[in-house]
Amino acid sequence: MRLRFSGAGGGVVIALLLLIAFGAWRYDGFLGSYNILTVLRYNSMFALVGLGMCFVIMTGGIDLSVGSVAAMSSVVSAYASPYGWVAGLTAGVGAGVAAGSLNGFIISKMRILPFISSLAVMLAASGVGLLLANNQTVSASYASGFTALGQGNLLSAFKPEWVDGDNAGWLGVALGLLFNFPTPAWIALVAYIIGSVVLNQLAFGRHVLAVGGGEEASRLMGLPADRTVFLVYLVSGGFAGLAGVILAAQFGAGQPIEGIGWELFAIASVVVGGTLLTGGKGSVFATLAGVLLLGLIFTILNFENGMGWVSLSAYWQSVVRGAFLFVVVILQTRLTKSAPA
Amino acid sequence: MSVNVEQPAAQPLRAAAFAPGLAFRRFGALIALALLIALNLAITPHFASEQTLSVNLTQICTIVIVGVGMTLVIATGGIDLSVGALMAIAGALAPAFFTGKLFHGGNLYVNIAFSIVVPVAVAGLFGLFNGWLVSRFRIQPIIATLILFIAGRGIAQVWTNGDLQVFKAPQFQAIAIGRVLGVPFQVWIMLVIVVVAAWVLRRTVFGRQVLAIGGNPAAARLAGVPVSRVTCLVYVISGLCSGVAGLIVIAMNSAADANLIGMGMELDAIAAVAVGGTLLSGGKATIFGTLLGAMIIQLVRYTLLANGVPDAAALVAKAVLIVLAVWLQQQELT
Amino acid sequence: MAIEPLLSMRNIDKRFGNVAALIDASLEVRPAEVMGLIGQNGAGKSTMIKVLNGFCSRDSGEIAFAGRPWAASSPQVAQRGGVSTIFQEINLIPFRSVTENIYLGRELRNRIGFLDWRGMYKGARDLLAEFGVTVDVQAPLGEFSTAIQQMVAIARAVSFDAKLVVMDESTSSLDEQEVAVLFQTIQRLKSQGVAVVFVSHKLDELYKVCDRITIMRDGRTVAVAAMRDMTKLQLVATMLGRDLAEVRKQGATAFSAAATAAGEELLSLDNISVGRRVSGATLAVRRGEIVGLAGLLGSGRTETARAIFGADPHKGEIRYQGKPVEFSEPREAIAAGIGFCSEDRKHEGIIPGMSVRENLTLALLPALGRSGIVDETRQRAVVDRFIKDIGIKCASPEQRIRELSGGNQQKVMLARWLCMDPRLIIFDEPTRGIDVGAKAEIQKLIRRLANEGLGVLMVSSEIEEIVEGADRTFVLREGKTVAHLDRKDTTEGALLNAMAHGATA
Repeated sequence: MRLRFSGAGGGVVIALLLLIAFGAWRYDGFLGSYNILTVLRYNSMFALVGLGMCFVIMTGGIDLSVGSVAAMSSVVSAYASPYGWVAGLTAGVGAGVAAGSLNGFIISKMRILPFISSLAVMLAASGVGLLLANNQTVSASYASGFTALGQGNLLSAFKPEWVDGDNAGWLGVALGLLFNFPTPAWIALVAYIIGSVVLNQLAFGRHVLAVGGGEEASRLMGLPADRTVFLVYLVSGGFAGLAGVILAAQFGAGQPIEGIGWELFAIASVVVGGTLLTGGKGSVFATLAGVLLLGLIFTILNFENGMGWVSLSAYWQSVVRGAFLFVVVILQTRLTKSAPA
Repeated sequence: MSVNVEQPAAQPLRAAAFAPGLAFRRFGALIALALLIALNLAITPHFASEQTLSVNLTQICTIVIVGVGMTLVIATGGIDLSVGALMAIAGALAPAFFTGKLFHGGNLYVNIAFSIVVPVAVAGLFGLFNGWLVSRFRIQPIIATLILFIAGRGIAQVWTNGDLQVFKAPQFQAIAIGRVLGVPFQVWIMLVIVVVAAWVLRRTVFGRQVLAIGGNPAAARLAGVPVSRVTCLVYVISGLCSGVAGLIVIAMNSAADANLIGMGMELDAIAAVAVGGTLLSGGKATIFGTLLGAMIIQLVRYTLLANGVPDAAALVAKAVLIVLAVWLQQQELT
Repeated sequence: MAIEPLLSMRNIDKRFGNVAALIDASLEVRPAEVMGLIGQNGAGKSTMIKVLNGFCSRDSGEIAFAGRPWAASSPQVAQRGGVSTIFQEINLIPFRSVTENIYLGRELRNRIGFLDWRGMYKGARDLLAEFGVTVDVQAPLGEFSTAIQQMVAIARAVSFDAKLVVMDESTSSLDEQEVAVLFQTIQRLKSQGVAVVFVSHKLDELYKVCDRITIMRDGRTVAVAAMRDMTKLQLVATMLGRDLAEVRKQGATAFSAAATAAGEELLSLDNISVGRRVSGATLAVRRGEIVGLAGLLGSGRTETARAIFGADPHKGEIRYQGKPVEFSEPREAIAAGIGFCSEDRKHEGIIPGMSVRENLTLALLPALGRSGIVDETRQRAVVDRFIKDIGIKCASPEQRIRELSGGNQQKVMLARWLCMDPRLIIFDEPTRGIDVGAKAEIQKLIRRLANEGLGVLMVSSEIEEIVEGADRTFVLREGKTVAHLDRKDTTEGALLNAMAHGATA
């Protein structure tokens, strides 16, 4: 499959590399394993939500419910966590799938605009989450190994002692990254690989792009447009549920009021990654780059504050993120204008 | 030559089979409201009181004011996600004026005038930014206003450093909680804005052009409608409305918290617009509908609360309402 | 000896609301024959196709295909049953690659269930090679010309093992060579035993490729004959329902009223270029004359018209009323007294949710406003006047414009410009998609307006309209003006020659 880098898709990777280079040059420890792993761990949730959003946007739709669904799922999974981490995981993802299916049904069968439907599901999920949790946080079980899903490092059991030592050298650093790679990051990575395979090697993935590129034409070609649309929202809900599981596991509690702004972070990541909002064109890994790019801004702000020269409050991160989005969007319009008609 | 087959006229008047549907469409929101009121009169204690009316009206004031701007934006086929953030900016700016922080000394009333005019104007300028992105760069409204949604609140938070500003400025707060003829001043503001906007939409060249753009932007341009200018203007109006709403919020609360002002307002406003009967695709809008929509949503919430149902359930109820209302709207169209 | 037909559609009725689109219509196609289907806009040929391939249902009548009763609920079902349709609008997906556009819906898979890209690329290349098309099959379809896209659409439709292929105005965006390739394809299909229904309004093509022809008029099938048994004139006459002698004498349009002499020059273009399509358009319009702008589809007529109106940017000089002008937005052209009636009234003309009154006065609105407020009394007066003057049939001025027939909608569009009291109106396909009666009314109206001093630039694909209506004609070919004809030199032959070859001889 030939790789076609759409102008903005390649751009985000370059921007990401530049940002990493800037951070590495300016701050001590930026490229240290502690920082890298922390960034990866924290942004795994957003990466998952971004993946689901990428598929939805590729069909030309939008899913505003992902934040609330993640919050609701964090509550559900926290409740189920004492029964085992499998129970917690399944319950959380299941809750997300349920919400996503409802969304998909309203959009594909009742023919209501994705914007409206996902807005409604967002409100409903928020309400359900609050009701289930009784307006409080719900503790997640540590004993059952559930929290390891968020706080653990999957391969750490196999880690040789010397890797973390001072004489480890380059090999040690590299292996350290591998063995200390956070579990949620593994989950996100696997999800992205699966997502990319589905997009490029399965008919379903091509149908997603086809429906986004021309719904009427897709129907005329005999594609199951309704089913495809239904499934992308189901998947988006599922990933949001998974993100909620990681949220609960990482912070030790299901939080019904979390998730605010996640959907817009995800949309921004997808757009920054080069996927067209109108649908029909997109890249899974470019979305990942977009997530990392926007997430790194938070990290850089922290470092900048740590340097002590300027005291930039965390509030600046939203300003900078917004500015990034602005630049990207303007660039995208320039690029599509100069492209052949 | 495109396939432009003579598609014979659809039946000019709906057949009798769907006549109830026609009535429902026109007066659906009113009917729903009437039913809700009737329900409450039956089951909710102390419903028919001035207290109830006052409480409910004040709850919806800011939503309706923002909703009016939102209705105009949606009428052109756009959307404005930045309203909550603009409210926060206006609300964060105002105290600097009337508490005398920016202009030390000086006449109190002049300060108050500034504290009203400047924040609203700033919000309007940010609205102009939105309009500029949409009309000049042809960026999709949802993305264009997303930028300020993300960055706008941050700007307000940076300005106040996230600090809560508590104040006591009764002359300023009068704009919200002062009473004229026994009705809170903010309700009067809301009513004036609603009436003026409805009239503008119905009777002015600008208003008709707004609807033309939403109905068919290409045709509007070819008919000489100044699309860029009108589009920019609706986003400015939305910004101005958000500014006013932000001032009312801080006046009501005696406090300006940039983290919280206007949180979730964009969704509330869009919900009110949708339930009220305005088409989300543009071209057809009703300002009074937005007022009714906000009332219905508020009344549903109140009904639940007054009867002991947890507030979170009201979210679910709101969600169902929105889907139902939009779905019913669409049935009429086909 | 009677040949068992492959397709037999009989006594087909279809109503849309209270208007009959098909009345006792019929269509019969024999195996491996090419059947032409012709009729004016609104005659019913598109509806017939839609009934056949399941796009819409029929009210009554029988359809038999390959000896069995035929019921298709959708084009996909029809395709599986052996009837493939190629629509005029390319119903493919520009962002997707050429290969995907061919294989979507029936993707090839390898043993583990993943997509067999290599197999699909090869299959796509081989399929297109049969049509003489060699392109990068991995590239997005949208990167190629409309003609190539059309060929891909045809290749896709044909590759479904069709027994009957319907081509609905498929040649509209093809140039001469591509049309030749298409005809070769049709011949190949014939030799493989596949039948073709060829819907077109281009007489020359029909005569070149069809064996028999079915003529429809006003929803009925009025004639079926072998191509060689029918002359062009007979065909046109049957299509229009006119007496042959009358057609020879009176002409095929209502433009026959005498023209008055033209006044001073109103508009002139000198070698302007617009975008990539137009590189050297020259024309001129005087007061009181109708200037025809003729050319094949894709020759740049609409682009030129839009550039004059300020809807698209251009390079080169445009002079209006003797002075050079640079309109950057339509409203500047409108302020100067120019009107523009777009060819696509559905997407560029009407505001569907608004009333007749509001649509009619949309351009006039600023003038109707007193300090920004619409003067509704004046507005109603204007509307009433024009409804009467032009004969717009509507239940009331408040009726939603989308409920009107195409002809009446077009009249409202006309009125939109007439109420501005313009000096120059540009019409782009003024009578497209309109029934015969309304067509005549509009043509008469245009003539009357020109006689009263209005300058008219008329883009039209209907040869008769140009031949009979235009006082002068400019012919565009591939973006350049190749001919400038006076009324007496404007014959069908000269026009067709110029459009096809760039010379009038």
